[in-house]
Amino acid sequence: MTNGTQAPDMAPPVRGRSLWQDALRRLSHNRAAVAAVVVLALVVLLAVVGPWIAPHAYDELYFDHVAIGPDLDAGFLFGTDTVGRDLFVRTLMGARISILVALAATSVSLLIGILYGAIAGFVGGRVDNLMMRFVDIMYALPFMFFVIILMVVFGRNIVLMFLALGAVEWLTMARIVRGQTLTLKNREFVEAAVASGVTRPRIILRHIIPNLLGPVAVYITLTIPQVILVESFLSFLGLGVQEPLTSLGVLISEGADEMETAPWMLIFPATVLATMLFCFNFIGDGVRDALDPKDR
Amino acid sequence: MSDVLLDVADLKVHFPIPTGGLIGGRTRWLKAVDGVSFSVKRGETLGIVGESGCGKSTLGRAILRLIAPSAGRVLWLGQDLSGLSQEEMRRHRREMQIIFQDPLASLDPRMTVGDIIAEPLTALEPDLPKAEIKERVRSMMSKVGLLPEMINRYPHEFSGGQYQRIGVARAMIVRPALIVCDEPVSALDVSIQAQIVNLLMDLQAEFGLTLLFISHDLSVVRHISHRILVLYLGRVMELADRDSLYREARHPYTRALISAVPVPDPLIERSKRIEFLSGDLPSPIDPPSGCVFRTRCPHANDLCAAKVPDLEPVGTDHQVACHRWREIG
Amino acid sequence: MAVIDIRNLEVGFDTPEGKVQAVNGINLSVDRGECIGIVGESGSGKSQTFMAAMGLLARNGTARGEILFQGEQILGLGSRALNRIRGNAMSMIFQDPMTALTPHLRIGDQLTEVLTTHKGLGKRAAAARAVAMLEQVRIPEPARRMRQYPHELSGGMRQRVMIAMALLCEPELLIADEPTTALDVTVQAQVLSLMRDLKDRLNTALVLITHDLGVVAGLADRVMVMYAGLVVEEGPVETIFTDPRHPYTQGLLNSMPRIDRAGEERLTAIPGQPPNLQRLPSGCAFRPRCAYAFERCEQERPELEDIAPGRRKACHRERLEAVS
Ligand SMILES: Nc1ncnc2c1ncn2[C@@H]1O[C@H](COP(=O)(O)OP(=O)(O)O)[C@@H](O)[C@H]1O
Ligand code: SF4
Ligand code: SF4
Ligand SMILES: [Mg+2]
Repeated sequence: MTNGTQAPDMAPPVRGRSLWQDALRRLSHNRAAVAAVVVLALVVLLAVVGPWIAPHAYDELYFDHVAIGPDLDAGFLFGTDTVGRDLFVRTLMGARISILVALAATSVSLLIGILYGAIAGFVGGRVDNLMMRFVDIMYALPFMFFVIILMVVFGRNIVLMFLALGAVEWLTMARIVRGQTLTLKNREFVEAAVASGVTRPRIILRHIIPNLLGPVAVYITLTIPQVILVESFLSFLGLGVQEPLTSLGVLISEGADEMETAPWMLIFPATVLATMLFCFNFIGDGVRDALDPKDR
Repeated sequence: MSDVLLDVADLKVHFPIPTGGLIGGRTRWLKAVDGVSFSVKRGETLGIVGESGCGKSTLGRAILRLIAPSAGRVLWLGQDLSGLSQEEMRRHRREMQIIFQDPLASLDPRMTVGDIIAEPLTALEPDLPKAEIKERVRSMMSKVGLLPEMINRYPHEFSGGQYQRIGVARAMIVRPALIVCDEPVSALDVSIQAQIVNLLMDLQAEFGLTLLFISHDLSVVRHISHRILVLYLGRVMELADRDSLYREARHPYTRALISAVPVPDPLIERSKRIEFLSGDLPSPIDPPSGCVFRTRCPHANDLCAAKVPDLEPVGTDHQVACHRWREIG
Repeated sequence: MAVIDIRNLEVGFDTPEGKVQAVNGINLSVDRGECIGIVGESGSGKSQTFMAAMGLLARNGTARGEILFQGEQILGLGSRALNRIRGNAMSMIFQDPMTALTPHLRIGDQLTEVLTTHKGLGKRAAAARAVAMLEQVRIPEPARRMRQYPHELSGGMRQRVMIAMALLCEPELLIADEPTTALDVTVQAQVLSLMRDLKDRLNTALVLITHDLGVVAGLADRVMVMYAGLVVEEGPVETIFTDPRHPYTQGLLNSMPRIDRAGEERLTAIPGQPPNLQRLPSGCAFRPRCAYAFERCEQERPELEDIAPGRRKACHRERLEAVS
């Protein structure tokens, strides 16, 4: 009848290359993105294991080494702060907390945002209208104000901060996901699934969400640095994590106060923060290009 | 008449069109399908032709309840489907499937071909063991001319004609009685079109399939259909068996359509007389009164503007909706 | 002298997956008042041949060879030099008229702009010419259409506006790339009769790119069949249709269902898939799908050779009698 009909059935199945594998391959050809991934991985690795293996503890006070500059002989790679704590280990600790906050808040926003947006978009009609008006109202609230009030009322609490940030970030995620879902819903393969007798929840899980993940991945690379920045800002205002714990924002805030007398206190944490943000930017660009090669 | 599989009676699909003005703007209705009736026998191919926007796709989807009909009945083996709930309708889906015009768009890009073809099975027969599903997918793949070892590949790794084979395999996997084919070959290259048409005809012969073959290509429709329904602005203009339609079309619209199709033969093509239609398809929001075709019909008169022509018999298995078919000859 | 004379044209594209040779050395010329039909499946290089002539290749594309327009080499000209010719002496119309019309400009503005830039006409004179041209392409109420935006027109109407725009400067050469593929048959018939009329009246040279052999049969004087970036057969329209000599041409003709014939049992399909330009077989590119292939087809690429006056084909088989 046609080519291939007589093919022996025993032939072993050929492995396919999914769109994700394709994207990964393209990403691995993007030098800037690969470099960013490597640098970021190093920073994260240091932030995770650094505080354990560093010679000093992050909350240990060295009264004879108060506010000294970088001093390798004394074992203070980044110098010390105004109460004599090792800035190197504190910077790593700060990076660790910042990353943790970012991951937690982004996960919360992902979980709520994807489900909320996908349901609103797929169900459509009045449900969609109601759900999205709620998002609009939340948007209209001055969110910094909202977070600050939470912090003031319930005290400075890192878990609360995760939740507050996540609860704010999901709004944008939900909007993006809903928009994508609306387009996906009208794609023929979703209609094909309905015609195949697939139930609605299953269509959302099997067809809508996997096809959403591209734009969502891009948005994640934007959300993480944003959360890090917001956390830094809150800490800068004195609403972030509590002493002796620290975050990059707290360190930068402290450093800014001592900018003239102890510039290293600002320079090192700020450099780490800037490096991380740059990396996320390059990765974000890389992911976007890799997922949509025609877009360039 | 036990061999009637599908009986569509006075089916209407009207879409609400929001008109300007936030408040008080009354809803207008786009009549995509407006009172279509026909029936299809088991094992038969009914061709549905007409210009783009005349409601062909909407009709096919309304029959499968992918779009909710506004009025009318769809009888499946005598049972009225129109009152069924989503869930009850879902269970009927193993009897009626669809093939789409844009074969690639109808395949989820993130699923393997095996999963795509298996989807109706996994959805409708969830108790089937995995191995059995895989076996059926593989044998269906070779039936439609795909290499079974490609089962783990993704759609983008195939080419134009093969996409549509995947679509055909997915529709066939539950062994439906009816397949709605919505322009299944329109997006394909000429050399591939013939392969898919042959495939559909082979499957029909082997499994006694019933096909609703929607197309704007009157040559393909002539080749594949037993009977043909001509649609214009959501209404039936003419309904006839293939030979009488192409030999002696009665409706001015059908005649214009047939005469306009290019014939791949320079001698015939250059000497034939084309019945040109004036103007464009009117908007289905404000269809002309009386006969919807009258704004483009060379034979229109006052009666055509005043009264909607009924679909009347002009011979055995030939019906036409035109006031003047007798005079036009 | 031919209006356009293309010699040994090659068009290649650099892609992340490697080089794609879309056009592989083709020759063609079109005279005044002549219509040449280019047929072949999608991806056979039909469009890119003429995109190269218009200087409209995508950025990753390169063209080599010669394209002489009225004797002047235009391949490689800068866009300023090309703009003297494009839209003026040489125009192209596309399958999707929406891509060629600017969405936020009125039809009238787009039409008159062509005339004011290329012909130096004043606004008023240009508008009068534009209305006259819309009338010629049988657009009802042309004065009203001038004030409308592209999206307010139907597909057939837009295609006619495109044709009107292409014809405003009375080009020597009109390249029509699948001009009627997106149209309904009734509108297609109107557009084709319009094009025939123009060719006869204005003596325009016409290139008609299409996959529809019926369209070619009605309009073309000469037919060129392309496969995988190569011309495989060429000849006068009458003989190509009655006596195709290349297996691919024959396959195309046989695989078309015809409205003037009662359906036979099966269509004679061309087996297999359209070629992948990056993995062409050795020898003849059509070999994997060819019912007449023999050993030589695998070793040697057939050259385009004269087989009769005005007829050429690229195939090792002299005659296409049935093979066992
Ligand atoms: N969801 C919808 N809302 C409004 N109009 C629609 C919708 N779907 C289809 N239509 C309109 O219904 C008419 C018939 O469409 P369709 O069935 O797709 O025609 P065909 O298949 O003959 O091309 C067209 O005017 C189309 O624009
Ligand atoms: S009823 Fe009148 S307008 Fe309609 S097709 Fe017949 S003659 Fe034409
Ligand atoms: S050269 Fe050989 S393979 Fe190519 S078309 Fe001719 S017979 Fe077929
Ligand atoms: Mg359609």
